Amino acid sequence: MCCLCNTKRAMCLLTCGQSIWVCLQEIMKWNGWGYSDSKFLYNKKGQAEFTGKRYRLSGMIIPGLREWMESTFGANLQHKTPAAPILNSSAVQPPTLNEAFLKELKSTGIPFSHDAEDRVFRSHGHCLHEIFALREGKIGRVPDLVVWPNCHNDVVKIVELACKHNVCLMPYGGGTSVSSALECPPEETRSIVSLDTSQMNRILWIDEKNLTAHVEAGIVGQDLERLLNESGYCTGHEPDSMEFSSLGGWVATRASGMKKNIYGNIEDLVVHIKMVTPQGVIEKSCQGPRMSTGPDVHHFIMGSEGTLGVVTEVTMKIRPMPEYQKYGSVVFPNFEMGVACLREVARQRCAPASIRLMDNEQFKFGHALKPQVSSIFTSFLDGLKKFYITKFKGFDPNRLCVATLLFEGDREKVLQHEKQVYDIAAKFGGLAAGEDNGQRGYMLTFVIAYLRDLGMDYYVIGESFETSVPWDRVLDICRNVKARIVRECKDKGVQFPPLSTCRVTQTYDAGACVYFYFAFNYRGLSDPVHVYEQVEHAAREEILANGGSLSHHHGVGKLRKEWMRETISSVGMGMLRSVKDYVDPNNIFGNRNLL
Amino acid sequence: QNNLALYPRTASLKDEEEFTDILEERRCTTDLGYALRTFNPQPYKGAPSSSTSDLKKAVLESQYLRYIAKEIALETGSSVEKVRQEARGILEEMSHNLQLGFIRLMAYTVNKVFKRLFRSIYVNMEGLNMLQQAIQESPVILMPNHRSYVDFLIVSFILFTYDIPIPVIAAGIPLASMKVVGEILRRSGAFFIRRAIGSDKLYWAVLSEYVRTIVRTGCAPLEFYVEGFRSRTLKSVVPKLGMMDMVLEPYFKGEVFDITLVPISISYDRVVEESLLALELLGVPKPKESTTGLFKASRVLQEDYGCMHVNFGRPLSVRQLCEGKINRSEYNLIPRDLPQRPSTEIQDCVNWVAHLIVRTQEEGSLISPWSLMACLLLQAPITTLTEEGLQWHGLTEKTLWLRKLVLDFRGRLNWPDSDVMSSTVALHHSIVHHKAGRVCLVQDGDPASQDPLSPEEGVMRTAAAVLMLVSYRNQALHVFVRPGILATAIHITKSTQKDELFSFFCFLRDVFANEFIFIPGRASQDFDEACSLLQKCGAVHMSEQEVTVLETGLEVLSFLQKLLQPFLDSYQLIFRYLCENGAHVFTEKQFLPAVQNLATKLILSGDLHTFEVLSSDTQKNVLSALRRLEAVTKLRASQQNEYKVNKAAVRRTGDILCKIICDIPVKIKLLFCVRLENFVLFFTLLSLK
Repeated sequence: MCCLCNTKRAMCLLTCGQSIWVCLQEIMKWNGWGYSDSKFLYNKKGQAEFTGKRYRLSGMIIPGLREWMESTFGANLQHKTPAAPILNSSAVQPPTLNEAFLKELKSTGIPFSHDAEDRVFRSHGHCLHEIFALREGKIGRVPDLVVWPNCHNDVVKIVELACKHNVCLMPYGGGTSVSSALECPPEETRSIVSLDTSQMNRILWIDEKNLTAHVEAGIVGQDLERLLNESGYCTGHEPDSMEFSSLGGWVATRASGMKKNIYGNIEDLVVHIKMVTPQGVIEKSCQGPRMSTGPDVHHFIMGSEGTLGVVTEVTMKIRPMPEYQKYGSVVFPNFEMGVACLREVARQRCAPASIRLMDNEQFKFGHALKPQVSSIFTSFLDGLKKFYITKFKGFDPNRLCVATLLFEGDREKVLQHEKQVYDIAAKFGGLAAGEDNGQRGYMLTFVIAYLRDLGMDYYVIGESFETSVPWDRVLDICRNVKARIVRECKDKGVQFPPLSTCRVTQTYDAGACVYFYFAFNYRGLSDPVHVYEQVEHAAREEILANGGSLSHHHGVGKLRKEWMRETISSVGMGMLRSVKDYVDPNNIFGNRNLL
Repeated sequence: QNNLALYPRTASLKDEEEFTDILEERRCTTDLGYALRTFNPQPYKGAPSSSTSDLKKAVLESQYLRYIAKEIALETGSSVEKVRQEARGILEEMSHNLQLGFIRLMAYTVNKVFKRLFRSIYVNMEGLNMLQQAIQESPVILMPNHRSYVDFLIVSFILFTYDIPIPVIAAGIPLASMKVVGEILRRSGAFFIRRAIGSDKLYWAVLSEYVRTIVRTGCAPLEFYVEGFRSRTLKSVVPKLGMMDMVLEPYFKGEVFDITLVPISISYDRVVEESLLALELLGVPKPKESTTGLFKASRVLQEDYGCMHVNFGRPLSVRQLCEGKINRSEYNLIPRDLPQRPSTEIQDCVNWVAHLIVRTQEEGSLISPWSLMACLLLQAPITTLTEEGLQWHGLTEKTLWLRKLVLDFRGRLNWPDSDVMSSTVALHHSIVHHKAGRVCLVQDGDPASQDPLSPEEGVMRTAAAVLMLVSYRNQALHVFVRPGILATAIHITKSTQKDELFSFFCFLRDVFANEFIFIPGRASQDFDEACSLLQKCGAVHMSEQEVTVLETGLEVLSFLQKLLQPFLDSYQLIFRYLCENGAHVFTEKQFLPAVQNLATKLILSGDLHTFEVLSSDTQKNVLSALRRLEAVTKLRASQQNEYKVNKAAVRRTGDILCKIICDIPVKIKLLFCVRLENFVLFFTLLSLK
């Protein structure tokens, strides 16, 4: 039970008489992805099922999933690896508290907790090794204290106290990191305080003349969109983690959203940032749309990964909600043609809000996640069948691949745009494959993260990682990285062939963002996580050798630090280092990410 | 340790059993039925089916060629279209035109010819199986050694027989100009490369793009001779890097996940063109490749050439070979379609891989009893060989002794059990004859001519016979060369100190780097290998610091030292010629006959005991070695291959070789520990003394 929830709920009840306030920690898994009520499981009949009510897939039977898991991984319902059901608080080290800091903190009235559950919840992101350890009930170094500032001024006070008492601060937003960014450095001897921004979740104002909104940085993506929608606006920033990730986190990691083609990535969306650092507050004096005032200080903040301070408030661009949305999909005879089509779309600068290309393995995977026929999906299935019989002729089911599309805007333009894109696709052998197919593709984005937990129940571990790469390298990097993963698994003694697949998720003028998914059955391995990490390491080496970047939007954290120097050069490291040394000479923001 | 695994295991009975005679089955079935058999190979999985015209189109339309064409147009002032037209012409001349129908014709013909020439063609099935596997996984490069024209199509023939995709083969352009045959070869998968491309930028561009496209698409296995040409001496040739570079580049640039190299060792009991080779080495020009010439050569079909062994080596992954040696991200910042000079790191790696392949070919080749006999015959005084002959009994006994040494040295022997020595001598009746318990050298003069030979002509006549023998000796040389160099170092320095021996070992290894195959950067491993082999056969005793010669090892050491002596003598003589001859600048055309004259005189006067210096191959190797050591430099402006010699430097190299300067080891230790690049500095030091 979250400590804050208890106190806050009591306060709410006192002040407003009813609780509208929901604490995410209450309704989320402590050792897996997402909401506690939503998960994949095999029911008594041995059929896969997705529980809960939150998603379109919720409450449905997924008949093909079991066979896919069995044939893809050699997994078996008889071989289970269940997670530890509840957190054993005695496994958590007692907190190292800085009494002087604590005493002054109490006097400010800012809520805090050193409850084991609160601390463990904020001790990790969602890297495989982090979740795997939690499932086994293994708890490493966790923060000693959690604080919940309610506003910018609270953060100023906390940072001042931390500096005064030499306490290590680690900002915590939505906890969706996949770069070991939230891992407490084991060598840290000071008291570690997790600064949870979740209570700073208000939209402070909306400026309809300039189409901007001033928002507290702790707000999570889905709340931000929902609240703006109420006023008829949106930011259009939709990273796959938007249900849980926070605005501050997006700024700190240079996040990218699915619909960046229309709305831009976070660096394009941000107009103004306020950040509290040990040297004081940094912000610009105006909200001019572009400035020539030396290097943009926002770019020290964006991507700083919590090493310089806490982002407290952000002014963001907003847009009127789109009048019309339309999904779509295209089937290509093979991945090469698909990539060529995306490249042409990028060349003509006519990319829809989102365009993603899955390889053949992912196409098959998507197919396996088809739910049992129900009214919603009947038409889709019929369409698909017909599609299969008529148009798939001549397409090799082991080579074809699918692009999913999302168009947004006013109706007429969307339809026009759609035609343009389908015409290009046709030149590359692409066949339109229906709206439902496309929509399902995007829906799966949100449930796919839940699937890893199911895999982990049956000896399957996996993860995704991403890169960005020039157009001429896209095919080569996809082939080489996938092949490298397969070879490394074999070399490391993995007994079953791994799932090694990729998709192109974003297009740019000069290149694309590529996502890799990698999972394997670890039965027979004594240290599966170590094997996993070795393979991922090799895959990253392969990415870099093939001209890919260290990260497109996940960030560096501690997981990819070792490659920073070769990525940005020694001088580049020195530049970042000198900023850190000036802003935070005593390493108060001591999560040791990035550098 | 890692590299040891690349070398074959100790030859054993089991190894010999691995080979299957592929002609045996051919002799039981009809040739036509064989040629028309169903051929349905499993190709490389990533390869789209593409025709030769697709390939040509891809090359011509490549960004790379467009870029180069523009550059050349700019440099020469001609139009881009004209340059591209020229490129098209080059490509037409070069391109293969592989067609299954012609493969069948080729298989039919080759099958007929081989059945006439050879008793058996042995192939290791395990190697073939590994190749079949490898071909499906990544682009494959077949890398045979080249000892005879006969082996040009042997690999295609075997792959056709075993349902494996037919390779495209890099061939020299003279073959293309042969009437009819050239076209048949082209349609059997040969593509043709000009000799001496020099600085023809457009030609290089077309060739390299052509080769890279073949590798990149994996449309067919690529076969080429890393040694560059047919070895006239039957000794491995220091690899050429141009083709190797082109072949590996798609891996370096990430265009393919991996490339598989398959070293192939082809060994002959008797080489079809043995006598031609010797004459060519003595300066009698080789006949131009022509179709009529080929028919004239048909009398060779009457002869027996024994067996042929084709040993498919273990497929080597370029990815694994290069791991940790290169950083592929150096290609990240320039578009991969543009020409980019590879870093020295990459160049060194290519050089290393090429040497490794040649060494692996050596290790995979089979040594015949005849090669061992040739080693021994050449150690007998020449007059014994030409006049009274060598005692048969002694020779066979010594050959058996040598057989054991080869086994100790982990050589692969081809030693069929029954009565092998007399049958092998019978097979080589063109070189020796065995009569009344003695073995003599056959000196094949022109029987029609009744004129008595001049002494000089006599020398050349004997030299022709000796050089034939030398070439068969050369087939076994790779087994002995490392311990041989150590034995020579022991003999010259008379030292027992390990570090002194190592220094001299390195010196010899550097001087003879054009003569034998040494993998760059592996001097200390080579030395360790030499030590352990000599220790294994009981020749020396090793301790931390010392290498002591054992009484029981004198026979081995003296054999090894005598084996390499002709090389030392030849090098010495040429050094002497360069120092004593008046001119400081000479051309290759003057140099070769002049050395031959001097050598002939010295042989006649009894001052020189080797005929090997008469071989143009030896002479050219010395020149290359001296250029490498910067004692001779090629004059850049010269049209006629003029060289400038630094006489002092040459003299001193020679002096070290025969240890005229005392107290050398200390000096050598100072300067020659790893490389010999600061040769000049060393000599400066010596002259100060």
